[in-house]
Amino acid sequence: MDLFAFLLFAFIAVICAVNVVLQRHPIASALSLVGVMGSLAVLYLLLGAEFIAMAQIIVYAGAIMVLFVFVIMLLNAGTEERRGRSWLAQILGLPAMLALLGLLCFFAYRSFPDAGFAKFGDFRGGTAAEVGMALFTDYLLPFEVTSILILIAIVGAIVLARKELE
Amino acid sequence: MEFLVITAVKLALILFVFMTTLAYLQWVERKVIAHVQVRMGPSRVGPHGLLQPLADVIKLITKEGVLPPHVNKFFYLAAPFFAVFMALIAISIIPFGTSVTIPAIHIGSSTYGPYTTMMELANVNVGILLILAVSSMGVYGIALAGWASNNKYSLIGGLRSSAQMISYELPLSLAIAAPLLGAGTLSLRGIADTQAGYMLGFIPRWAIFQLPFPQIFSFIIFMIAAFAETNRIPFDLPEAENELVAGFHVEYSSMTFAAFFMAEYANMVTVCSVATLLFLGGWQPLWPEAYGSDFIAPLIFFISGAICIYHGLNPARPFDRITLPVFGVIFFGLAGLMAFPPTVPILMPIFWFLAKVGFLLFVFIWIRATLPRFRYDQLMGFAWKFLFPVALANLLITGFLVALFE
Repeated sequence: MDLFAFLLFAFIAVICAVNVVLQRHPIASALSLVGVMGSLAVLYLLLGAEFIAMAQIIVYAGAIMVLFVFVIMLLNAGTEERRGRSWLAQILGLPAMLALLGLLCFFAYRSFPDAGFAKFGDFRGGTAAEVGMALFTDYLLPFEVTSILILIAIVGAIVLARKELE
Repeated sequence: MEFLVITAVKLALILFVFMTTLAYLQWVERKVIAHVQVRMGPSRVGPHGLLQPLADVIKLITKEGVLPPHVNKFFYLAAPFFAVFMALIAISIIPFGTSVTIPAIHIGSSTYGPYTTMMELANVNVGILLILAVSSMGVYGIALAGWASNNKYSLIGGLRSSAQMISYELPLSLAIAAPLLGAGTLSLRGIADTQAGYMLGFIPRWAIFQLPFPQIFSFIIFMIAAFAETNRIPFDLPEAENELVAGFHVEYSSMTFAAFFMAEYANMVTVCSVATLLFLGGWQPLWPEAYGSDFIAPLIFFISGAICIYHGLNPARPFDRITLPVFGVIFFGLAGLMAFPPTVPILMPIFWFLAKVGFLLFVFIWIRATLPRFRYDQLMGFAWKFLFPVALANLLITGFLVALFE
């Protein structure tokens, strides 16, 4: 049952991810990305990380992607034309992607050499209380620095978007 | 196997009751608004218009579903289903009572049961987050419907709805966070359980009364934001009839049109249930059983039955002679069931839960009959300049007091 759900949603995630690139309409791409986020949340849920799964949906699918879709709709962006790609990109695209993937796997394996296989529902310690405790004790400084960074970004956005005052 | 059968039974039961409720909620809404405006409301189909929902459903199913030529077909058809899908997911995790035990049954030599099951479809230990996630996903249905219709009115409706729901989600989440500080759990059942018991022997420990800081402000903020999240008057800008015709669902007809209505009513029921669980103690009675809270339900149904019988014997209209005694007998039956000792522990929590949800739904309808619509800039200004700071201050004070006293 778990394996079936995993295969199903992993498949959906991959299909949606490919679809993000293949679709020519921005809205269709954005919604495919929502599909990727949703499938990832289900995969987290299968591993037993309920809080992270819900945070994934609320933050990415529910907030960020809604804003994306909103902006695309507001600009009323139409279907994009498919332009020919440069021969360099056509030749090097796939090998470069495979190389990047290999590098990622290599470093992940180097960092955690004795990690076993993940088991369904085996993840412990991702509850809201523990995440909060970690954020406000061990990672307090990075957390606060990130908050200030976001605050600066918000203020900057408002300053840029504001009408010019005479 | 046992789990699957019980879940299937619960699923069928909840789906049937919920769908009927959605259909009849519209009847209730039309009747209440009619009586507020001193009209009769639906009264032709069946006694007191009680078969009106059935007639509406038949009408909507048999109507031709028009597919306009200028729409984006895939998203145009997907949007209403997405809206209904997200609205129904939320219902599956709402607990509406304690547990129910079915006694063992002996058939031949084999024994089945006893089965004990909780009164909810799924017990998710991050239930309240799931509700937030689903409600934030629900905006896609409306925004896509507006965009895919390829019509300026529906596009403006869809854009308004996205902007409105993003804005009001913030005060909504902050208002939810404040009582969670006192409850210390994210499970809906757990939250309701922390509100059991009484202070000084008679004041219920509901979140809106609970010390150290009664969550009455959170409750009010939550309800205001909930009106905006469900696109109800006074915040129904996405479908403002007199400026946008019908907003995001201008181009929809037949069942796809009905789907949006279903989603709206399902969302209403969801937010009312969440408000009940978070702030009004879920299925905890208003006053202790020691003072006879168990008798209020049979009493209400008995009095309703008696009134029906009385008016049936002195009919104002010819049909009342037949219909009202039937209602009277049904009410008497319910009263008997609620007073029957073996069923009391099962039915009482459901009664109190439904009574609170019903009251909040009535408030929704009442406000629709009372308030005019906001202007769009007022709507945004209200969310960002008033509701959001107030919710933030409320959360800060709650957090400070909870930290101080616990």
